[in-house]
Amino acid sequence: MTRPIIFEKIGRAIYMKKMKNSNSAVNSTMITRPIARCFPIFLLPTVAAFFIGFVYPFIKGMYLSLCSFTTTSDAKFVGFSNYIKAAQDATFVHAFWYTALYAVVSLIFINVIAFFLAFLLTQGIKGTSIYRTVFFMPNLIGGIVLGYIWSMIFDGILSRYGTNILMETRYGFWGLIILMCWQQIGYMMIIYIAGLQAIPEDMIEAARIDGATRMQTLFHVTLPNVMSSITICMFLSLTNGFKLFDQNLALTGGQPFKWAEDGTVVKTTEMLALNIYNTFYGQSSSARGVAQAKAVVFFILVAVISLVQLSATKSKEVQQ
Amino acid sequence: MKTKSSSKALKVLLTVLLSVISLVWVAPIFLVFLNSFKVNTFVKTDTFGWPSGESLAGWGNFIKGMTFGDYPFMNSVLYSVVITLLSTFLILLFTSMAAWFIARVDNMWCKVFYYIFVFSMVVPFQMVMFTLAKTADSLKLNTPFTIPVIYLGFGAGLAVFMFVGFVKGLPLEIEEAAAIDGCGPIRTYFSVVLPMLKPTLISVGILEIMWIWNDYLLPYLVLDRTKYMTIPIHIQYLQGSYGTVDLGAIMALITLSIIPVIIFYLSCQKYIIKGVAAGAVKG
Repeated sequence: MTRPIIFEKIGRAIYMKKMKNSNSAVNSTMITRPIARCFPIFLLPTVAAFFIGFVYPFIKGMYLSLCSFTTTSDAKFVGFSNYIKAAQDATFVHAFWYTALYAVVSLIFINVIAFFLAFLLTQGIKGTSIYRTVFFMPNLIGGIVLGYIWSMIFDGILSRYGTNILMETRYGFWGLIILMCWQQIGYMMIIYIAGLQAIPEDMIEAARIDGATRMQTLFHVTLPNVMSSITICMFLSLTNGFKLFDQNLALTGGQPFKWAEDGTVVKTTEMLALNIYNTFYGQSSSARGVAQAKAVVFFILVAVISLVQLSATKSKEVQQ
Repeated sequence: MKTKSSSKALKVLLTVLLSVISLVWVAPIFLVFLNSFKVNTFVKTDTFGWPSGESLAGWGNFIKGMTFGDYPFMNSVLYSVVITLLSTFLILLFTSMAAWFIARVDNMWCKVFYYIFVFSMVVPFQMVMFTLAKTADSLKLNTPFTIPVIYLGFGAGLAVFMFVGFVKGLPLEIEEAAAIDGCGPIRTYFSVVLPMLKPTLISVGILEIMWIWNDYLLPYLVLDRTKYMTIPIHIQYLQGSYGTVDLGAIMALITLSIIPVIIFYLSCQKYIIKGVAAGAVKG
């Protein structure tokens, strides 16, 4: 008696699978073919704009980084000499290390404070949504405006000591850190709150019943459970730090300047994006090939960080 | 009983702490409002004082700021509004259509385009800015009414990515039913698919509005600057290159440009916070 039933079961499974496949095949062509015919309406506008706004400028930019040019029409192929010049450029090297230092320091401050605030806001006190609204607000203000708001505040404080934010590199550095903390903490806090709220309540309760202190619960239950939020926020603040432009331009614009021994002017608070911009549109238009080469290096740097982030979040997902 | 009272005391402590931090958070905005009523020289020397007596400029700063630097501020506001609304509309309409096409047709070309769209998300603007500005110039895309094409192109990556992710989760049966009932693809899209996309439309729309309204470098390089400015360009222009800067008037302009943003934020903050979180986790 048992054998036929098993056979029947297997047979039905095979039959169902066949039905399902043929079914979806029929339906998907029924849906797919008429849509595919409407290609000019659905896909073309976006793809055409994408070629104008991204694909063509990107490919041309790649090519121009190997050329010497002042406008795009008089490009002369020169090979990798632009990249060599970029690597020898003292201002670019300075901007790279300055940006890296800034990105790491801002990453630490922003994430520690944002996590702290998110932790406080998930403790079940009243008025949580009001605090959340307040902390998130600076995100909506643009970088240029932010820069001028804070340059007013810093100058208001520093003028009492007879100086201002443009006088010293460290003022500009810490000023930018404070500015970006004010802007970004609310953003990261929202992501942390989402992560914290996803922890099952009985997990924390179980830890309490087992006699864990608040600190032990935080470090052994809460933190491991929000690791994916932490990874996302760390990489977000890292890429934000590397790509920073508007705030840098508006707060200090690269000042104060320092003269190197060979006569080049090093703008001590100038970050990578601003350095590329200044090389493109600065006094000598002959340096545009070098600027484009710097831009390619910058692009590869940002892309690598993003790829590492992608693989880091993917491997975390697998572990969970 | 003891733990209960101690946790109550802790909650009071937390509330006080968070309130203090909130005040610190609001202070910069409040200082801008305060200084927009001050005479120029006092903005630097008496930043934290209340405007009174000789430091009080009243509404003079606002009137002065309007025509400051021989370019009317209202024009910048107008162009900012036009560019933001037009670009956001174009992006929402066309990228959602493209995403539906990519998700449903799903052939080799669609996969290729999809991966190029995703790739474009990691490319910083500095990489393409010079060639993009030249291209826009030669195609006459340098006015507030044509620059939305550039925004559609450069902003397509994130929007397509978010829409494709959402469309793939939609049940196919509804569209099949529409097709059986005789709906063509266009009608299926606009009367069946588009209404279902509403949550993602809101999220993407908010991300694009926040980006385009505050964007400085793209419009600065692309637009014909003698004729058109946006609010960030206008403020940077006044502060950066205009001989003697009247800080009071600049604070007045910043106040004017922040007020609509705060109203927009407070009126749809639920969607804004949700949209931003969605964009962050996926991007």
